[in-house]
Amino acid sequence: MAEITLKSLAHSYSPNPTGPEDYAIREMDHVWHKGGAYALLGPSGCGKSTMLNIISGLVRPSDGDILFDGKRVNELSPTERNIAQVFQFPVIYDSMTVYENLAFPLKNAGKSKEQIKKKVAEVAAILELEPVLSKKAKGLTADEKQKISMGRGLVRDDVSAILFDEPLTVIDPQLKWKLRRKLKQIHEQFDLTMVYVTHDQLEASTFADKIAVMYGGVIVQFGTPRELFESPNHTFVGYFIGSPGMNLVEVSRCDGGVCFDDMVVPLSDELLKHIDNKGSKNLKIGIRPEFVNVVDQPADDTYECQVRDVEDLGTYKIIALKLGNQILKVRVDEDHQLNGDVVHVGFPRQWLKLYVDEFLIEEQAE
Amino acid sequence: MNKVADNRGWLLVLPVFLLVALSALIPLMTVVNYSVQDIFGPGSAYFVGTDWFTEVLHSERLQDSLIRQFLFSGAVLAIEIPLGIGIALMMPTGGKRASLVLILLAIPLLIPWNVVGTIWQIFARGDIGLFGSALTGLGIDYNYTRNTGDAWFTVLLMDVWHWTPLVALLCYSGLRAIPEAFYQAAEIDRASKWAIFRYIQLPKLQSVLVIAVLLRFMDSFMIYTEPFVLTGGGPGSSTTFLSQTLTTMAIGQFDIGRAAAFSLVYFLIVLAVSWVFFTAITHMDKQK
Repeated sequence: MAEITLKSLAHSYSPNPTGPEDYAIREMDHVWHKGGAYALLGPSGCGKSTMLNIISGLVRPSDGDILFDGKRVNELSPTERNIAQVFQFPVIYDSMTVYENLAFPLKNAGKSKEQIKKKVAEVAAILELEPVLSKKAKGLTADEKQKISMGRGLVRDDVSAILFDEPLTVIDPQLKWKLRRKLKQIHEQFDLTMVYVTHDQLEASTFADKIAVMYGGVIVQFGTPRELFESPNHTFVGYFIGSPGMNLVEVSRCDGGVCFDDMVVPLSDELLKHIDNKGSKNLKIGIRPEFVNVVDQPADDTYECQVRDVEDLGTYKIIALKLGNQILKVRVDEDHQLNGDVVHVGFPRQWLKLYVDEFLIEEQAE
Repeated sequence: MNKVADNRGWLLVLPVFLLVALSALIPLMTVVNYSVQDIFGPGSAYFVGTDWFTEVLHSERLQDSLIRQFLFSGAVLAIEIPLGIGIALMMPTGGKRASLVLILLAIPLLIPWNVVGTIWQIFARGDIGLFGSALTGLGIDYNYTRNTGDAWFTVLLMDVWHWTPLVALLCYSGLRAIPEAFYQAAEIDRASKWAIFRYIQLPKLQSVLVIAVLLRFMDSFMIYTEPFVLTGGGPGSSTTFLSQTLTTMAIGQFDIGRAAAFSLVYFLIVLAVSWVFFTAITHMDKQK
């Protein structure tokens, strides 16, 4: 097990990068602590697989360093780094049995027969592969094959880290949930450093203690699932996490706060000072659909909206409201009754977020 | 649903039946027809039953050339398959160099058989041929027209030169079809080069190898032109393979009945051995 540090790391696949858009990973510093369960979350093409391959050693970074426990490992192969990695599509050795597949990494590492037998039995029990151990791996179903791929990573208990590259893509939904639980269990049992790449927020939050959200080659936020939900520090995190994502409205600076259409949203003096200091025109306010207050009677700090659409999702409803020219999504309980087409909404202060140049601006805690 | 029995439906298969009949059945049946008759001339044919077959199977000349044929095909497979795999493994994986190597490899495959025979006939001559005179110059006693061993060596070398590229190209395409993730996983699993070959590349090559083995077996088993041009079957009859024996019998001696019986036996041997190869290779991984 190791602590993995990325120091001024950047990577470009082109030999002569000319600008930041040539970089799959833009310069970053990051630490993956020993024994942590991490998820690397982001849309396709954001650089998360590149990042994983850099950690494992399949890709050499073009700039910066990667350190394992403080030791520079840029030039070391995956073998020398002692990394296990599970890929998106199951990779199995066709001609071998399931047992031989699981034993393969141990055999290559020169372990004794008894050690191999013990370890394979242990991992097979966790992954429920015992009934098929003596079968040829070739004829198995996709999810059994993927369990074998994972098993080959898990049999090696001395690894620096286990990396997962969207390992559940080919697995049935019910089994996905079960396997995620299994991975979590394995993490608790063996206390391994695990990094799990995915584009599925649910997968990330059930597996990981901390999630790194990547966007455009940069880790835009690194935090617990709750932190990502409650105070996304980049508009992308707000939009990407949550279902539906955060409501984001472009605003401009005006007297006493920020405005859109003909509405004024008052902000504290401290925030307004921040905006004025930055001098940027790229201003947005954001609020999660869960945190919007919907009331029947108007009050001082509420805004009048037209109801456009109600989506009943069983345990809750998603209401689309028209506020000025903006569409606002609001999440309410299933038994919430709407009286007529007009409602009033309020934005609780602590859940209304201000973004300048796409990044969160917060008041300093007193 | 009610099925309506209408035998006119059979008429719809008639075109295919006609096609197969004209292309395969009728020519084959002609041979069968010849093989059970002794024909002296138009209108004077006598039914002889299986006499020709009995005679053919007991003919020492044919038995000898059958043994030579199996030795030759065996040697061809034993050399060309491993060599082809080896070349495919060493070939560059992409870019201009790969295209260049592919073109160079494909050239022997484009040369007509009798031209290949002629090329090697001259190339291996001890007096003026580059290869032959080089060997002679090194002090090696090499003469493919006089020495049986040298004749075999030259015929085999010619076939290896002509057809190994086919095996290499098939294997190359098979290797390119292996997803990169397999190599990455093997690297992660600390597999040695040999283990990668044994457990990833070879199993993934299995289906193209079936094709390569079958093609090379059938072609080498029916080889005619190249050794005929190169050695004429000599010295003596040491490089006279089955098809040459057959041609001599049918055209040279005009022994139609015996040649027809022989053709059928020949055809059945190719069919049987191909079937054995195919079944053996495709069932290899079903065992256990």
